[in-house]
This record gives sequence, structure tokens and C-alpha cells, in this order.
Amino acid sequence: MSKHTRGMRSVAAAVSSGALLTAVACGNGGGDGGDPELVIETFGTFGYEKLLQEFEEDTGITVEERTYGELEDWNEQLTQNLSAGSGLGDVVAVEEGILLDVMQSQDSFHDLYDYGAGSMEDHFLDWKWEMGHTPSGRLLGLGTDIGGMAVCYRTDYFEQAGLPSDREEVSELWQTWDDFVEVGVEFSESDVDAAFADTTTEYSNAIMRQSGDVMFLDQENELVIEESDSVERAWDIAGRMIEEDLTAELEMWSDDWTAAIQSGAFATMPCPSWMLGQIEENAGEEGEGKWDVARVPGDGGNWGGSWLAVPEQTDHPEEAAQLAQFLTGPEGHLGAWEARNNLPSSPETLQSDEVQNHTNPYFNDAPVGEIYAQGAMDLEPTHFGIGHFAIQQSTNTEALLSWEQGQADREEAWEQAVQDAERIAENN
Amino acid sequence: MRVRNRGAAPDDGNAPPARGASAPPPDPDRAARRSRLWSQLDLKLSPYLFVSPYFLLFGVFGLFPVLFTFWISLHDWGLLAGKQEFVGLDNYAFLLGDEKFWNALANTLGIFFLAIVPQLMLALLLADTLNRSIRLRGFFRVGIIIPYVTSIAAMAIIFGQLFGREFGLINYGLETLGMGGIDWQNNRLASWTAIAVMIDWRWLGFNTLIYLAAMQAIPRDMFEAAAIDGASRLRQFFQITVPMVRPTIMFTVIISTIGQMQLFTEPVIFGQGYGGGTQGQFQTVAMLMFEEAMGAQNFGYGSAIAWVIFLLIVVFALVNVLSVGRIRSAN
Repeated sequence: MSKHTRGMRSVAAAVSSGALLTAVACGNGGGDGGDPELVIETFGTFGYEKLLQEFEEDTGITVEERTYGELEDWNEQLTQNLSAGSGLGDVVAVEEGILLDVMQSQDSFHDLYDYGAGSMEDHFLDWKWEMGHTPSGRLLGLGTDIGGMAVCYRTDYFEQAGLPSDREEVSELWQTWDDFVEVGVEFSESDVDAAFADTTTEYSNAIMRQSGDVMFLDQENELVIEESDSVERAWDIAGRMIEEDLTAELEMWSDDWTAAIQSGAFATMPCPSWMLGQIEENAGEEGEGKWDVARVPGDGGNWGGSWLAVPEQTDHPEEAAQLAQFLTGPEGHLGAWEARNNLPSSPETLQSDEVQNHTNPYFNDAPVGEIYAQGAMDLEPTHFGIGHFAIQQSTNTEALLSWEQGQADREEAWEQAVQDAERIAENN
Repeated sequence: MRVRNRGAAPDDGNAPPARGASAPPPDPDRAARRSRLWSQLDLKLSPYLFVSPYFLLFGVFGLFPVLFTFWISLHDWGLLAGKQEFVGLDNYAFLLGDEKFWNALANTLGIFFLAIVPQLMLALLLADTLNRSIRLRGFFRVGIIIPYVTSIAAMAIIFGQLFGREFGLINYGLETLGMGGIDWQNNRLASWTAIAVMIDWRWLGFNTLIYLAAMQAIPRDMFEAAAIDGASRLRQFFQITVPMVRPTIMFTVIISTIGQMQLFTEPVIFGQGYGGGTQGQFQTVAMLMFEEAMGAQNFGYGSAIAWVIFLLIVVFALVNVLSVGRIRSAN
């Protein structure tokens, strides 16, 4: 799911803490025999507004959605309230980066098998279903969306640089990541007044996730950052982009980054399906028709995606489980896709006409449904491990960026990445 | 103050007798004895009852968390995994050898000096100006406190945008003037300066008002006498104003020290997270505490850092108090 800019983040935090107080004050539910009121907690844009209305009409259960602007804020809130044992909504979204962390306190969640969710198995992509289970076999979460992966690019800049701008041709152009760097070099040698990419940090993230293998931590939660092929490969490609000076050296989600999308300071960015909404929001009307979507170099990949879980803290597990099943069922998946292009984690829905034939007018009528669904069907899940989210932050967002911005050379940046990862892994 | 002291009220025959002082001669009557007992209890206990809510609340919300944090800091304690094992002072031992902690401490102190020294000097000058008869004095006196009442997060967001590298207003101005833009976040000193500016903008008015209050207590005729003797404004400021408000200056130094050791919100919003820049160039101790406890889920070590911040504040406060004593006795 998407994140918001800095400004939105604090506003959202303020709003949500206000909502929290109200919820605590109201005791979070009817309780006098009437229909219960449920609270669902999400982050970014899940596209649930219409779906929740439908659910209310069908069941008579009122649902309030509490949304956090940025994933980081929500992760922190979720962790805190889990360890405190109170304060969470009846249904909560758990993002993939923190899923294994959360499973450490598996008893804090209801086993959704107890509420008949076992019958939904065929509906989900196998790995998405599997990952929702705790090591002891309890069904902790039901899959919402997956990220899928593509590259968004500015057609006008590509034309100016004398490169092909048609999405098919562009996809042909960068079959591999090495091709991608070469296109970048060609682009930067032209006289277009823009950088080729925003930053390396999320490209490296995409490359690591394509391996379908381990990244920083292996299945036993041992730190393997120094032996991991996927990490090495990602740093190599990122390193070449840095050496060739292909990026605008921006920190993703910063004010400068948002402003740069708006003013068109760079030509490409990694683009999981939920990113489409981000670009549209940040580039605004002026960017309409200028952006397009091409395939990602390499073999597809995944960035983002969540599960819905029912915390033990809820007073209405039955109804909460019902809501989670509705939102992750066929109707819920399709509704979220239509509202926000959140890619469903169900093969059936991915192959449905509604997804396959979906085009996005903002992106030159790109057939985004087809593009993302294609990659999603044969996606290999990446193993994350406990502490993954924190390590990814320190490795990519801090260490790699400090190399990119010229604060450290490769060796220093790598040393910093390894040290921080060791420090985080040691505690988990 | 002394006259209000009940037991010590002088009995000159005219004043209404203080309670208890006009007790009737010993009476075997029980009721009277009980009433006297009550009034004795009232006298002894009610002050404690009146102040007790503060101490009860402090005990629950202040003392208990401090002690519980210490208990956690003695354990290997994950936020989600809970208590794992007792490790004694290991977390503190680790802290002493932790580069990140020393880096954060250096940042905290560096930003502190960069912010506080100019701030307090500026506040003194401003207070002195507002203490004179200038036009619209009331307006300026109120105006100076306005930054203090604005939301700290809103302020930090706006300053964060002003200090943007590519699209920030300040760099835009510098570039228009033909100078190079500054990488406010990545350059250590520049990032400290940016944060110090935020702190000063917010706290300048607060300290100015405190100084102003102290200056109002200086007798006017001292200035008049000095003026007659031919002392310039500047001389009056250094030889009358500053010495007279010296205890207040020490007070503001103590308050600022306590506040600055906990410096958190401004740098967090400036750098979008607890990391304090890509290399921790402006990570403060409080940010490191959050990074460990919330990011790395290492609650035990986070608690140890919290306790060290607490101890540092105590030490700084003691140093300040002792030096105030010195200054007082020197006068």
C-alpha cells in the first residue's frame, strides 16, 4: 500500500490519535445487545470506503475505518498496542515487512480457522495463503493485496532523449537490469534536464525481492546479509547507477521527493501497482498522460501487500472475522482493485475480466490490469524474517542513500549496512 | 509570610485568637476533646491531603514508569517477544561501548550549544528592548510568545520544507543570490544549524518573557541614577540589567538543559524518522532510544538509554544548581 508525504504523516498521526481516544472513550462497541460497532485499522490507501458501506448495509454492523498515513507509523502503533494488550481495532492490517515480527506474539490474534476461514484456501495464491499462517499452523491473517512490480516512466522525456516511448518497446529495451543501467546512461547523455531515476534505494529493494529467495535473513532468522546473492546483486546494480550518476539522489517520501515528482525532476521510478495512485496524487493534472507503465527488468517481483488479522483484544471476534473474510473475499478484492488498483492476491480475481481489461487513463490508458496480473501469477515469494522491516530501512534508506548522496563510499556504506543489520538481528 | 504561621500568631489581645490558641481550660467532656482532636488532625493532616493528588499522580505516572523502565533495562526484553532473560547491567555495559550512543550524545550536546547560547543572548536583548518604553509595547510583548503556542509538529514540517535541498525556499534564496545551495540534511553542521533554528524560533519568546518578568523587578531609579551619572544604554545593560537577572539566567539555562537533553520532535520530523540522517549526523539520544525500542524492538536497551538520559539530566541540573549557588555567594 502507499505511503504519504511527511506532512500528511503527522496530520494523520494527530487525527488517528484523536480517533484512538474517542474509541477508547466509547469502549469500542455497542454492547447493549444491539449490533456491534467494529473498527478496522489500515494505512495508506486500501480503497475500502465503498466496501465498508456495503458490509454495513448487508449485516447491519457499523464499521469505522482508522487509517494511518504512513506504513512506518502504523507498524509502530500496531507493535505498541500489541505489546500493551489494548488499543487495537477489531480488524488490523499487517504488512508483509512486519508479518513475522508480529507472529512472535501469535497468541495475540484469533485463529481464523475457528471462524470458518479455512474454506477460503482455494481463493488465494498459494504462497499468500501460506504466509498468513504462524509456525504452529494457526491462520493469523487473510491476504489483501500484493504489490506486483513494474517501472513507471515519463514518455515525454524518453522522446526528448531519443529513446522509444511506447511501453512495449520500452519493456523490450530493458530486459535485464544491466540493460536498464545502459538505458539510463544513454538517457543521461542526452540533453534532457532531468535525472533518469529518483533514487537507487527502491530499485535495489525491487531487485532483492525478485530473487524469490532470502534477502537479509534466512529461514532460521540468521542474518545472511553478507552471503546473500540477492543483496549483492542489488548493491552492484545500485552501485553502477550511482557511479554513472543516474539518480536525483532523493530520499523517497521526503518533501523534496514529492516536489520532484510534481516538477518532473526524474524520468523513471519503480512502480508496484499501489504506486500508480501516488504518482497521480503527486504529479497532479499536469502529469496526466505524461507517465506510462513498462515491465520491470528481470522476472517480475513483489513490493508490498498485507494481511487482515483479528487481534485477541477485540470484543467481537465473530463479526470481526466476518468482516476480514468479506474484505479479502472475491468481492472485497475486486472492490479494492477498482477503488485504488490494489492488486488482488487471488488467482481467480487476477484473471477476471475486471482486472485483465482494466486500463488507467492517467497513464496513457496503460493496460495496468494485464501488466500487473501477468507478473503476479507466477510470483515467487521472498522470505523476510523477523526484523526485516527495520533492516531494510537501515540498509537501503540509510546506508545505500548515504553512498548515493556522497556521504560515504561503497565500502563505508556497506560496513554501515552490515553493522546496523547485525545490531537489529541480534535483538530478535 | 511569617505572620500567616498559625501557631506563631502574636497574641496582643486584639487580633482574633488563632485556632487552638484560645482553647478552653481542660474539659473532661468527651465531645469537646474529640473536637479538639479533630482540629488538631485537621491542622496536621489537611495540608498533606491537599498536596496528595499531585504526589499520587506523580507516583502512578511519574515514579512507577521510571522504576519499571529501570527494571526493563536490566532484561533482554523485546517489544513483542516480551521478557526473555535477566541480564543485569549488560545493557548499560553495551551502551558505554556503543558508538551510536556516543555519536547521539555528541549530536545532542552540539545542537544544545548551537541553539541555546545565541537563543539566551538574543532573548536578553529582546527583553531589554521590550522593557523600555517603546511604541506598541503590549503588542510586541504578546507577539513574541506566539511561536511558542504553535504546534511543534506543524512548525517542524514547515521548517523541514524551508530547509529542503532541492526545492527548499532557503536554498532557492541562496541560489538566487549566486551562492551554492546547502545540503541541510547531509552536512552535519548544517543539519545542527537547521534544527537549532527551529528550537530558537520556538523557545525565544518563552525565555524573553521570563527575562522580561525579571527585569521588571529591577527598581527604575537604578537606571535613572545611572543615566544621570552618564552611563550609556549599553553600560546600563551590562552593569545593571545583566547582574540583576543573573539568577533568572541560570534558571533558564537549567530549564533549557532539561528540555534539550530530550530533544526529539524537531529532528525526527526534519529527518523523517529516528535515524537522524543517513549517517546519524543529527540523531539525538532520545531518537536513538526510540530507534532501539520501536524500530529494532529492543526494549531493554531502549530503557537503558532512557535511564541514562534521566541520569544525564540529573547531573546537568546538579551542576547548574551548584554553579547558581557559587554565583549567588559571589554576589
